[in-house]
Amino acid sequence: MTDIAALPEPHPATPRPTRSYLGAGSDLRSWLLTTDHKRIAILYALTLTLFFFIGGAAATLIRIELITPAGDLVSADSYNKLFTLHGVIMVWFFLVPAIPTTFGNFILPMAVGASDVAFPRLNLLSWYLTVAGGLLALVSLLVGGVDTGWTFYTPYSTLYSNSYVTLAAAGVFVAGFGTIATGVNMIVTVHVLRARGMRWMRLPLFVWSIYATSIIMVLATPALAVALLMIVVDRLFGLSLFDPDQGGDPIIFQHVFWFYSHPAVYIMILPGMGVVTEIITCFARRRVFGYEAMVFAILGIAIFSFFVWGHHMFVSGQSAWASLVFSILSFVVAVPSAIKVFNWSATLYGGHITFEASMLYALGFLGLFTLGGLTGLFLASIPIDVHVHDTYFVVAHFHYIMVGAMVTAFFGGLHFWWPKVTGRHYSEPWARLAAILMFVGFNFTFFPQFILGYLGMPRRYHSYPPEFQIWHVLSSAGAVILALAYLVPLVYLTLSLRYGRRAGDNPWHASGLEWATTSPPPRDNFVIPPTVDTDPYAYHAAHEEPSERDESGGDHQSSRKDEMP
Amino acid sequence: MTEARHDPFHDIARQRHAAELGLWVFLASELVFFGGLFVTYGLYRYAYPSAFEAAGAETAIWLGTINTAILLTSSATMAAAVWAGEAGHKRHVLIGLALTALLGLTFMGVKGVEYYKDISESLYPGAADFPVDMPGAQVFVGLYWAMTGVHAVHLSIGLVAVAITLWRVRAERFDWQNTALLHVLGLYWHLIDLIWIVLYPLLYLMGRSL
Ligand SMILES: [Cu+2]
Repeated sequence: MTDIAALPEPHPATPRPTRSYLGAGSDLRSWLLTTDHKRIAILYALTLTLFFFIGGAAATLIRIELITPAGDLVSADSYNKLFTLHGVIMVWFFLVPAIPTTFGNFILPMAVGASDVAFPRLNLLSWYLTVAGGLLALVSLLVGGVDTGWTFYTPYSTLYSNSYVTLAAAGVFVAGFGTIATGVNMIVTVHVLRARGMRWMRLPLFVWSIYATSIIMVLATPALAVALLMIVVDRLFGLSLFDPDQGGDPIIFQHVFWFYSHPAVYIMILPGMGVVTEIITCFARRRVFGYEAMVFAILGIAIFSFFVWGHHMFVSGQSAWASLVFSILSFVVAVPSAIKVFNWSATLYGGHITFEASMLYALGFLGLFTLGGLTGLFLASIPIDVHVHDTYFVVAHFHYIMVGAMVTAFFGGLHFWWPKVTGRHYSEPWARLAAILMFVGFNFTFFPQFILGYLGMPRRYHSYPPEFQIWHVLSSAGAVILALAYLVPLVYLTLSLRYGRRAGDNPWHASGLEWATTSPPPRDNFVIPPTVDTDPYAYHAAHEEPSERDESGGDHQSSRKDEMP
Repeated sequence: MTEARHDPFHDIARQRHAAELGLWVFLASELVFFGGLFVTYGLYRYAYPSAFEAAGAETAIWLGTINTAILLTSSATMAAAVWAGEAGHKRHVLIGLALTALLGLTFMGVKGVEYYKDISESLYPGAADFPVDMPGAQVFVGLYWAMTGVHAVHLSIGLVAVAITLWRVRAERFDWQNTALLHVLGLYWHLIDLIWIVLYPLLYLMGRSL
């Protein structure tokens, strides 16, 4: 790679117009044809919010059905379609794009000091691909639904299911290209568009995490695409690639599918880790503990995530040797995650901690991620996995990571950057209440599922023996709190757009270039292209203890005056 | 002609670098996409070596070989077009692109003839009188259709891109000398070629070693 920083910069100090990016027009055209990364981020945010609540509605129906042991609300067939819908929408149309396309789009170019992403039109195209894919998936659900589960396992999905598999798979396939396009854009942006002085080891960890996520997106998503393609051509043209009658082997599909879908877990969680790092350092007024270790942990997770997919197939008939190796590698991938948890804790230690709403979310993330990660180690161990495979233990585990950790981090980032995006403050008391409700509601919903699974309740059943009822009732009751916690921010954030008090450029006195510009930022992000001469998270001098937040002014100068000695 | 440099880049060198890097990243993604098919092929080949040989002997080796030659030549003409673009020879860029498009179209034509022949010889999964009665043989033919089909889709996209570029260079619609567009188009075309070079032995030479 050539050294980009050494390239000449002909007009580094050309002043640019200061009008906010929101002032560039408010008609539909100015939004639907925009190439502004900030506006595209908002398009994504609105789209993903819609999908989140559609997926959430399916989850609500599932939880209502499971209150009683008998399958009385919906038929077994509809129940299959409900959990498939929930999984497909939540995984591909919320969790995977959630942070990279919203905060990644909005914040990352600013955080590296660029005026946009490297390929602005490709960025818009990727939104249209996501929408098109989402619409295909929604249509497949409106005309009759899909009953294969989000995993599309063959030969059920190819030979037996008479639901709208082709349409749903096509939707995910199309959206996958949107994901790849976003990944390419982010990688090139970080490589090529860093501001003068923004060396690799000065990048905020949020940028590193999106960068690593993008690598996974680019190298894993095509495996999903080809897996889905093989299903589609099988259904459309009868190519019978996985038909056991013709010598086909359904397990091969599982290998290709999980080659994508395990790394996809890190597509979902790595950006969350990045967001949380920004929040914890800011509200502990602390330099991040072990910056280099964090960078290598992020990259390590990205690389190792490609070599553990077999832990989903311990009972699928893969060879015992393969299982052994995949089990060991799955333990290995936990090491960098653990490093990150220790480093966050060490960052908090001795910090000047304040408990703003986004910090509450970040702290919640820390607890939930740890619990989800540790139960992941249980599942990586073959004897335990054989016992609890396909039970609610697995369901609880991945919901702790995907909902507990990832969605919590998403809300943390939403509250952290909301003043930057909109220029307004939301109601802090309500935001804190929502954060606490979300934590309580989440644990209330999903902790009983660990117990259920351990007792032997399998996943994906709409009726069950009565002795499990108490745990299902607890879980459904928790889901009520959780649903409420997701709806409350919708209200106070919307209200803040109109009634919120002006936030100022840097309300949290955070470091990071995105806070060095106005709120909301101008079209080109910075009036004068920034230069960087400090390490990230310069909340205090390197060898001093953190001090309380300087409340004197809201401008960016105060947060960046501490430089390296 | 519009200015070669676009926002958000301050200088054209960086913009070129971004376009090239972006395409290399995309090509890596493409390799994983085809890699999924190659791995599937490899696993089945391991499970059914003799069925793969028997079914592989049924493919139309002459048409496959002619197409390989055509596609390799098209990569040469594409490389010539890119080279001419760097040297600033507009006429040679146009000739190179036109030849590339022509060869690409010829490849598609030959492929069409071959598909027609395959169907008339019942060389598709589920055919009533499928020529090879061995477990795994239909999987080979299924993979043959899937892999060549996906390759043909990529080639069609490449053809459209070449045609558009040809027209835009002719009409001076963009700065073909200073932007990386020709280079990027060339990279994509070579990938299509490269994939075919792997497909050719897998699908045509299999089972013809003696
Ligand atoms: Cu996994």
